[in-house]
Amino acid sequence: MMKKALDRIVSGILKENPVLVLMLGMCATLAVTTNAINGLGMGLSTAAVLILSNLMISLLRKVIPGGVRMPAYIVIIATFVTIVQLLLQAYVPSLYESLGIFIPLIVVNCIILGRAEAFASQNGPLLSVCDGIGMGLGFTLALTLIGLVREFFGSGSAFGIMVMPEAYEPVAILVMAPGAFFVLAVLTALQNKFHAPSATNRKEQQSNLACGGNCATCTGCAGAVNHRMVAEKTAEHARKLAEQRKAAAEAKKAEANKQEGGESV
Amino acid sequence: MMRLLLLLLTTALINNVVLSQFLGLCPFLGVSKSVKTAAGMGGAVIFVITLSSALTSLLYNYVLVPLELKYMETIVFILVIAALVQLVEMALKKFSHGLYAALGVYLPLITTNCAVLGVALTNVQNEYDFLTSVVAGFGTALGFAIAIIIMAGLREKMKYNEVPNAFKGMPIVLVTAGLMAIAFSGFSGLQL
Repeated sequence: MMKKALDRIVSGILKENPVLVLMLGMCATLAVTTNAINGLGMGLSTAAVLILSNLMISLLRKVIPGGVRMPAYIVIIATFVTIVQLLLQAYVPSLYESLGIFIPLIVVNCIILGRAEAFASQNGPLLSVCDGIGMGLGFTLALTLIGLVREFFGSGSAFGIMVMPEAYEPVAILVMAPGAFFVLAVLTALQNKFHAPSATNRKEQQSNLACGGNCATCTGCAGAVNHRMVAEKTAEHARKLAEQRKAAAEAKKAEANKQEGGESV
Repeated sequence: MMRLLLLLLTTALINNVVLSQFLGLCPFLGVSKSVKTAAGMGGAVIFVITLSSALTSLLYNYVLVPLELKYMETIVFILVIAALVQLVEMALKKFSHGLYAALGVYLPLITTNCAVLGVALTNVQNEYDFLTSVVAGFGTALGFAIAIIIMAGLREKMKYNEVPNAFKGMPIVLVTAGLMAIAFSGFSGLQL
């Protein structure tokens, strides 16, 4: 049990890192990583929500009916997001200001709904909390690292402290909007180059996340669930068509038999 | 009137939702392989965001504020948006087959698109009235449609280019998005 719990934490940080490997929660990743402190703050806020919502959903997993589980999860997640938002506003107003709209938008972060659907709804509270800790720490680590890179080259400082000599001319574009895309482009290109495991260079989907862990085909958190619904509908339609065709063919055959019978008589 | 026009221009081009606000990146990167699907997605987003900003603005100003429930905005908005998208889909299916055929597939996919919730929350933060919210929502969605259609056009052309092996797939799309962001940041020089 203990080993399994520890395993969840480690794999969330390394093997299934939500940002670097699974490529989830890209909006927040690109938007708030203008410096390391923002990345750290966003990561910790998301981790807090993830741990609490995983715990709550795991405790309620036998109570929530399957048909309404998505809305139920969203309400639980939104509640914790609101709590975190109010706490930040009260105790860390500077961080609250700089993260702005991305705090309430933690609700629609694929990682949280993905973990709820893929892990917390099927496992006990202890494992779910460990999964939340692992994934949350992995997210925090990745965001802090990306923020650190952008801050270091973009303004010559680290965690707000100047580290480069004054003669250093900062690459200001890295802390602006286009820089976010470039940093991530280089990161994914490096992963491709060294064949590191990542959602961007994986041919087949291996992730067990609700959203398939593939941001290239992701269309928001409800995407995967809806994709599945669409697929089921299409399959049903195809089956009906096949049945109709079969029935028609049989009718034709029966008619042909009848005619043959008529002629022979 | 002039104020609303300027707001439309600001939200669509200067503060482009994808390229400078980083909202709605998943569909922007995921559904931009061909111009046709990108246009469908853009149309659906315009439809849903305009409707949802109207509805959330009404809800906020006439329900949440009088009842002093402002802190419930995130929960209320996400549920209202999810319900709205479902209702719109059903209504379109029943009453307008042409529109459903064009937008129907994309509607369920944008329920939790962060741009939709983002616009609703921004409108509330800026304390916009009803009309201003609708115009801001429409402008933002228009900006999304412009960005995703340009991206799809570029990607269709890019298929014939020789991209370095490591940059094939997602990296080159991100580089393209970065270059588009530079181009769009040129709009911030507009004197409005």
